[in-house]
Amino acid sequence: MEVEEVDPVSGRKTTGHIWNGIKELDTPIPRGVLLFLIVTHVFAVLWWFLLPTWPLGRTYTKGLLGIDQKTTVEETLREGADARASWMSKIGSMSYDEIRADERLMATVRSTGKQLFGDNCAACHGRDGKGGNNYPDLTDDDWLWGGGPEKIQQTLMVGINSRHPDTRIAQMPAFGRDEMLDRQQVLDVAAYVISLNDPTTSTAKNVNQIDKGREVFLTTCAACHGENAKGKPDVGAPNLTDRQWVYGGSLQSIIDTIHGGRQGHMPTWDERLSPSEIKILALYVNALGQVEP
Amino acid sequence: MGQLTSGERDLAGLVLVFMAVIGIAMAAMGGMEPLGIHGVMVLLCSVGLLFVLMSSAFGPAPDPARLSKYYDDPIKVGVGFTLAWAIFGMFIGVWAAAQLAWPSLNFDTSWASFGRIRPAHTSGVIFGFGGNALITTSYHVVQRTSRARLADQFSPWFVLLGFNLFCLIAVSGYFLGVTQSKEYAEAEWYADIWLVVVWVAYFVLYVRTLARRKEPHIYVANWYYMAFILVVAILHIVNNLAVPISFTQAKSYTIWAGVQDSMVQWWYGHNAVAFFLTAGFLAMLYYYLPKRAERPIFSYRLSILSFWGITFFYMWAGSHHLHYTALPHWVQNLGMTFSVMLLVPSWASAGNALLTLNGAWHKVRDDATLRFIMMAAFFYGLSTFEGSFLAIRPVNSLSHYTDWTVGHVHAGALGWVAMITFGSLYTLVPSIWKRQRMYSATLVEVHFWLALVGTLIYVFAMWNSGIIQGLMWRTYSEDNALVYSFVDTLVAMYPYYIARAFGGLLFLIGAVVASYNVWMTVRSPSPAPSPAGDDLPIGEHSATVPSAAE
Repeated sequence: MEVEEVDPVSGRKTTGHIWNGIKELDTPIPRGVLLFLIVTHVFAVLWWFLLPTWPLGRTYTKGLLGIDQKTTVEETLREGADARASWMSKIGSMSYDEIRADERLMATVRSTGKQLFGDNCAACHGRDGKGGNNYPDLTDDDWLWGGGPEKIQQTLMVGINSRHPDTRIAQMPAFGRDEMLDRQQVLDVAAYVISLNDPTTSTAKNVNQIDKGREVFLTTCAACHGENAKGKPDVGAPNLTDRQWVYGGSLQSIIDTIHGGRQGHMPTWDERLSPSEIKILALYVNALGQVEP
Repeated sequence: MGQLTSGERDLAGLVLVFMAVIGIAMAAMGGMEPLGIHGVMVLLCSVGLLFVLMSSAFGPAPDPARLSKYYDDPIKVGVGFTLAWAIFGMFIGVWAAAQLAWPSLNFDTSWASFGRIRPAHTSGVIFGFGGNALITTSYHVVQRTSRARLADQFSPWFVLLGFNLFCLIAVSGYFLGVTQSKEYAEAEWYADIWLVVVWVAYFVLYVRTLARRKEPHIYVANWYYMAFILVVAILHIVNNLAVPISFTQAKSYTIWAGVQDSMVQWWYGHNAVAFFLTAGFLAMLYYYLPKRAERPIFSYRLSILSFWGITFFYMWAGSHHLHYTALPHWVQNLGMTFSVMLLVPSWASAGNALLTLNGAWHKVRDDATLRFIMMAAFFYGLSTFEGSFLAIRPVNSLSHYTDWTVGHVHAGALGWVAMITFGSLYTLVPSIWKRQRMYSATLVEVHFWLALVGTLIYVFAMWNSGIIQGLMWRTYSEDNALVYSFVDTLVAMYPYYIARAFGGLLFLIGAVVASYNVWMTVRSPSPAPSPAGDDLPIGEHSATVPSAAE
């Protein structure tokens, strides 16, 4: 039943095949298609000659341009490092005070620091450095281990409670769970601590409790947090009087902290970041804490 | 089931009992582990089907007159599977998209975490929706274009139901945390082995049916279906070669190592796009487009050029997924050049389809079903151009790892694969159920606009997001330092993520509208059916079957 017929729309003949009513025209391949086909093939063949493409046993065609992605990437990395070397080496060799005095260099610190902070620190401390979810706020000028660039640099290098041999170590013991304080003492000292931040919580009703809490604080907590409860940055003990909290400042949060203890963790960065990058971050984080109110 | 001969009923019973035993064995060995849970699922499916089989097992033998009719029962069930998986897969897709904008939508559960629902989405739409659409339409097309009934009554069911069991095991496994971490091949070894069995049965069924054809020539659509079935089998087996850590556990390790593993994976991954999502759906295009437009195919010669171009060049192109990686430079270049040479054969298909519409453009204006098919051909041309373009190394250096890739994939998946499927279904459903037309032409029209607007919102959102992302990643300050951190790019993409989820939602609503329309079409009263509907009857004689030499 091969009957060729002429399609009235195109004027082309059909091939004569019919499948359940479907026919095909015998239209030749349009010239444009062939031309375009040739163009793509010429492009491909040129590429084969110019760049590494075809395997030859244990080697391959190297291409006339002599381009290889491995050397290209190495060169690009080297060029990038060279282009950064001028200011990177300055930052590496200059003291913090000298860098701060150099406005041009500080502009670089701010832009590069923002990117470094975003890729390395923001996962915990937030993109804006405001912390939250049990990670410290870095913008409140309230520092666990000191907020000078040298101190921040040290924290970045060795981490906190990390596996670095010189790690900063800080632990808030679990006074309640480990039965160093009884239940009432925990409640008392919590009442005292919260009254340091918010005097309005001190009322005629609980003034006795706060006094008892103060006794407990002086014998148990003052060793780290200081008699005035303003903290000791050399041991990473936070200031408890400034309304800035890592683990929450509600009465219940404070009770939880005293009962169960806390032991935050900060990784080390000395192997991941270069010394200059750590200095940039130290300056950047230091500046975060000095934002005008 | 009533059409199964007594021998086929016995065979089906044996297979189901055998599978139930395997299910029990898996359940016993796997215990409460995923393998055990999957064993219980295999057992339940087999026993459930056994009940269905038993209900007609002792019924009368099928009417011999059936052999002069097309076998459409599996097609009807296949349409149901296709639409069910469409809604499931697209719903999970919208959910995954929403999680990217609002991460807490995983509700802090492991099973709903992004890493698990994302493969559930891709497998649900590619294999569940796409795979069922391919099997279903291939049963329809091969019978009509060969004027021959499917070779027997057992294997169409075995393939269709077996394939859906594979999809079920795969997708439920992802929620349980089972994965071999190969994109689009996440299912573990036991599901993979099962798919091989099903797929070989599919191949044999297809070849046997083609061998019974009463037409002298094999129609283009069948070339593409054959390529799809054959190559997917090869890809699936090679990429999934793996050694289970134990026969009682789901976990396995691939036999490929290092960069060879990446290369095999993306040879598979890209050809899954080529032979699952392209060849099979081009087969649909080649049947349902001329059928619906009532126009002859524009050029037989162009069909040949594009078929052999696509099947030959695609095989080489996979390495363009690994540009700028540890894969040797020459392998990347080879894949890139073949991707460029692939462009014209691909465009020839799209052009052949669009030029076939010459003389029928007034129908495209009036008939939303034909417009679905036309738009699918358009998006096919668009995404194959984009694919070849993104495969060029310098272009890829901007687009790689960005949302541009996601946009490209969805231009193909939504615009091409899903639209050609819906256009085909709207043509197939009235034909199979012997109805004059779909229940509501208005709803088809509504679906078309939902699908088109949804696709455009999705694709434009991802193009924007991807290019912004790529440019931000390579923005350097005057000090030659990076300007943006990764998290800055996420903030920049946030509005596009919301737009993407909205576009996907529109597309999902369209699929729901389609399902309702199909359901109502099936339920609507049938006007005096003619035995063969609008199809030519099965051929009586194999008079002009060509010799093998021809």
